[in-house]
Amino acid sequence: MIQLKKISKTFHTKTKKVHALKNVSLEVKKGEIFGVIGYSGAGKSTLIRCVNLLEKPTNGEVYVNGSKLNTMSAEQLRETRKKIGMIFQGFHLLKTATVFDNIAIPLKLTGVPKREIPNRVQKYLAVVGLEDKQDVYPDQLSGGQKQRVAIARALSHEPEVLLSDEATSALDPETTESILDLLAKINREFGITILLITHEMHVIQKICDRVAVMENGEIIEQGNVIDLYSEPKQATTKKFINSLFPSDLPDETLKELQKRGPIITLTFVGSSAGKPALSMASKKFDVHANILSGNIIQLKDKPFGRLIAHLEGEPEETNKVRQFLANEGVQVEEVSFDDN
Amino acid sequence: MIISKVIAFFDKWGDVIWEATLETFQMGSISLIISVIIGLPLGILLVLTRPGKSLENKYIHFLLNILINIIRSIPFIILLFLLLPFTKFIVGTSIGVKGVIVPLVVYTAPYIARLMESALLEVNRGILEAYEAMGIKTKDIIWHVMVREARPSIILALTIAIIGLIGATAMAGLVGAGGLGDVAYRFGHLRYELDVMYVSIVLLVVLIQVIQSIGNHLAALLKKD
Ligand SMILES: Nc1ncnc2c1ncn2[C@@H]1O[C@H](COP(=O)(O)OP(=O)(O)OP(=O)(O)O)[C@@H](O)[C@H]1O
Ligand SMILES: [Mg+2]
Repeated sequence: MIQLKKISKTFHTKTKKVHALKNVSLEVKKGEIFGVIGYSGAGKSTLIRCVNLLEKPTNGEVYVNGSKLNTMSAEQLRETRKKIGMIFQGFHLLKTATVFDNIAIPLKLTGVPKREIPNRVQKYLAVVGLEDKQDVYPDQLSGGQKQRVAIARALSHEPEVLLSDEATSALDPETTESILDLLAKINREFGITILLITHEMHVIQKICDRVAVMENGEIIEQGNVIDLYSEPKQATTKKFINSLFPSDLPDETLKELQKRGPIITLTFVGSSAGKPALSMASKKFDVHANILSGNIIQLKDKPFGRLIAHLEGEPEETNKVRQFLANEGVQVEEVSFDDN
Repeated sequence: MIISKVIAFFDKWGDVIWEATLETFQMGSISLIISVIIGLPLGILLVLTRPGKSLENKYIHFLLNILINIIRSIPFIILLFLLLPFTKFIVGTSIGVKGVIVPLVVYTAPYIARLMESALLEVNRGILEAYEAMGIKTKDIIWHVMVREARPSIILALTIAIIGLIGATAMAGLVGAGGLGDVAYRFGHLRYELDVMYVSIVLLVVLIQVIQSIGNHLAALLKKD
């Protein structure tokens, strides 16, 4: 649905050149929710703004739904943009217009027939759950409600694609959840393909099917969310994932423990997350398992968990435990401190 | 006692003052309308030709800026005389209400352009982009987003411009265009009719108060936060 081919973007400031994007390629399939995560300054906003050409790439090609945007005339580009919705961290509503007008004015300006407009406005306000706020001005709404209006405004053009530039970053955790639920619903019910960027892992795990990790203007890793979570390859990806499983045990303690048996990381994906595999193992073998830290999180459609545990016992026995866990579908990795 | 004095005063001066008030209104409103017609687009152009904006153009932006600064640095009374030949060329005369409109417009339009520029710059860039992303034409964005969102500031800016304009009309008497300021000066100062001067001044003060209140009120109505 969206294809970015070898996109580069260089900004020329007075003092220096900034290579915001370096040869980035990305494909978002029809109907999926694709997330791009990265730290501040990684180039995420620049990337998403290249999709509807708010930012003109220095090099590379942009395709949306099969048509190439780079070579379009201004008129063709406007027509194409009508089918690409976009929402922003700052909502960007007209302060001086009611909720109704905030949706109706763009419809009018894009040539939607006048008698159809009230129906459209009402339909999409209902989708976002704000039917009763038609006559209210944006400054009388909460942040979450403003984002809902912005989403309704985007949906009212009945787009095929929705771009979301940190749409939940200005919202509190609870409101973030409800907006993410809304995005997932839009994706499910209207089949709208969503490309979103964020710097928060839980946005990715909650609604994304696939994810790309950006750093310094490059995509360093991408894949299905579950694969990336269970087998992150790049240091930055690992850092993002580790942030979900905080472990604040001091290295000294861990090294002390390690003298009496290995410390292992257990990664559970899907059905294995629900099984008490570790406790079964410690019953079965002559090993004491001591959980040092752990957490289970809910990915879009599967649970995903990670435990750090200390296995106290003879090497022969602890090896059997590791074998047993592997057979149960748990990924086991020994924690080593040599690289610290 | 006082009442009969007041009646006597207005019997004598009523016509002069009424006439002068009308002249002030006439000069003010005609020049205001023409100044807005010229100043608003110039203000928009100033904003759009800035670096990073849709019509980015260093030269036009620079030229406009210089031109506006030059005109704005000339006091009205000097502008009035400086423009005499130009005025005569444009409207065929350089005296009377007709003759003063041209200098008033030349004086006010650049001021309005500058005020419009700052009002329009207050509009959040993000919202303009949001509309661009929806596939809306630049001219619609200018009118339906930029100008619309800036309306409260535009009204306040116009209020300031009107008050400046009324101040300038006081000097219009010099080319025989009359007005309240002229009455205050001619009768009050030259002929030492102090009552006439005070009444004219009070009228000017009331006029400006009323305009400022209307401006504030309208701006508050349009502003929704
Ligand atoms: N218009 C611009 N002019 C110059 N440099 C820019 C411009 N826009 C972005 N940059 C630079 O490009 C780089 C990438 O910026 P970008 O906004 O895409 O990052 P980001 O990943 O979205 O960060 P954040 O999470 O803070 O929004 C940064 O170094 C930024 O300073
Ligand atoms: Mg950003």
